[in-house]
Amino acid sequence: MTREIPAQEIIKVVKDLCIDANYNLGNDVLLAFDRAIENEKSETARDVLRELKENARIAREEKAPICQDCGLAVVFMEIGQDVHITGSDLKVAINEGVRQGYEQGYLRKSACNPITRKNTGDNTPAIIHLEIVPGDKIRIIVAPKGGGSENMSRVTMLTPAAGMEGVKDFVVNRVKESGSNPCPPTIIGIGVGGTFERSAILAKKALLRTLGERNSDPELAKIEKEILTRIKKLGIGPMGYGGTTTSLDVFLEMEPCHIASLPVAVNIQCHAARHKEAVI
Amino acid sequence: MSQEIKLTTPLTTEDVEKLRIGDKVLLNGVLFTGRDAAHKRLFDLIQDGKKLPIDIKGQVIYYVGPTPAKPGKPIGSAGPTTSYRMDPYSPKLIELGLKGMIGKGNRSQVVVDVMKQFKAVYFGATGGAGALIAKRIKKAEIVAYPDLGPEAIRRLEVEDFPVTVINDTKGNDLYVEGMRQYAEE
Repeated sequence: MTREIPAQEIIKVVKDLCIDANYNLGNDVLLAFDRAIENEKSETARDVLRELKENARIAREEKAPICQDCGLAVVFMEIGQDVHITGSDLKVAINEGVRQGYEQGYLRKSACNPITRKNTGDNTPAIIHLEIVPGDKIRIIVAPKGGGSENMSRVTMLTPAAGMEGVKDFVVNRVKESGSNPCPPTIIGIGVGGTFERSAILAKKALLRTLGERNSDPELAKIEKEILTRIKKLGIGPMGYGGTTTSLDVFLEMEPCHIASLPVAVNIQCHAARHKEAVI
Repeated sequence: MSQEIKLTTPLTTEDVEKLRIGDKVLLNGVLFTGRDAAHKRLFDLIQDGKKLPIDIKGQVIYYVGPTPAKPGKPIGSAGPTTSYRMDPYSPKLIELGLKGMIGKGNRSQVVVDVMKQFKAVYFGATGGAGALIAKRIKKAEIVAYPDLGPEAIRRLEVEDFPVTVINDTKGNDLYVEGMRQYAEE
């Protein structure tokens, strides 16, 4: 019944995913660049989008990081309840994978003490989100997250009376106020409901979707499209130089919340939307 | 607007005064890197009346913390970091003769005003294009604060390093003007 998985295997997979995510931009993002180049009204903006496409090509061919900010290593792991991990503590194994990946992949180490600012030297600790699920497999997603776009992200507790209109306004205003800082074109992850921290995790998880993939609830799918249209009208454009391509997509996740609350989190992701996964 | 202008560092007041927002510039010569921690150290030296490890007169500082160089390469990926974090330190450096800064994202009104007063410009490089930009960097050596790792001050030799003028010496702002041109509401 129980399936044994050696920690060594987890170390190897996490290491490879860290490197893969930082070198190889997803095809969904590359296709979104192509569509944006076709539809963008500003010539300067089209030049920027072409640069981003060329940058991704160079990174892939030369095995170089897409961006010098190789992020904090955010690791989502779904562990089947019939799995038994052997040989090491799980969190030690994940961090060892991150350490090896960032060292061997020539990736920048960006983790530091919040106050003294002293670098930890190996990009650990990873930001780990664990979930126990049915089955005897482990699904690992590594999503390196850059600081520039993360700094523009926010959580707020709206009053329930604000409703969905309040949610939309909060998100669009956040994108507007962020302007050029998060490296547009961005991808917007929105978490509505849950608690303070749950909304933020929902927003982060929303960013793991493939571009173009809508929420399975048709009402929420409609809202995602509506917010994207409103963001387009802001005119921020790639790098904030002005244009019609400000965000590539908007993903919204929603869960029940307290009768007194309406938590909303907006997690902004730059165009270097890096996430890779594997199943053991 | 799309005409490319070639400039070689160090820059003079005349060089920067003719630049306008949206101009595409290809920089040649030397750039110095510096971000959060290095700026704090430079600022503290100035406050204490001490000599800086680099002469910044006419120079351009690039806000970047590159990835480690692979064997045989001068530098790793090297795109710009967000500039507003350097805003508290930039006015002092501009007063001392700094002529250009390269980064991404908005500057504070204070920095924009000081650029106008002392004739300096703020250039944007394409954020997230770290692999592409690295190709224009031909040589890199650490000249101060090696203990800061990616944040150490490096002397870069660049060829046709591509940037766009965000703030010129007249107080204009490409982010404001660009957005105004394409905003629909």
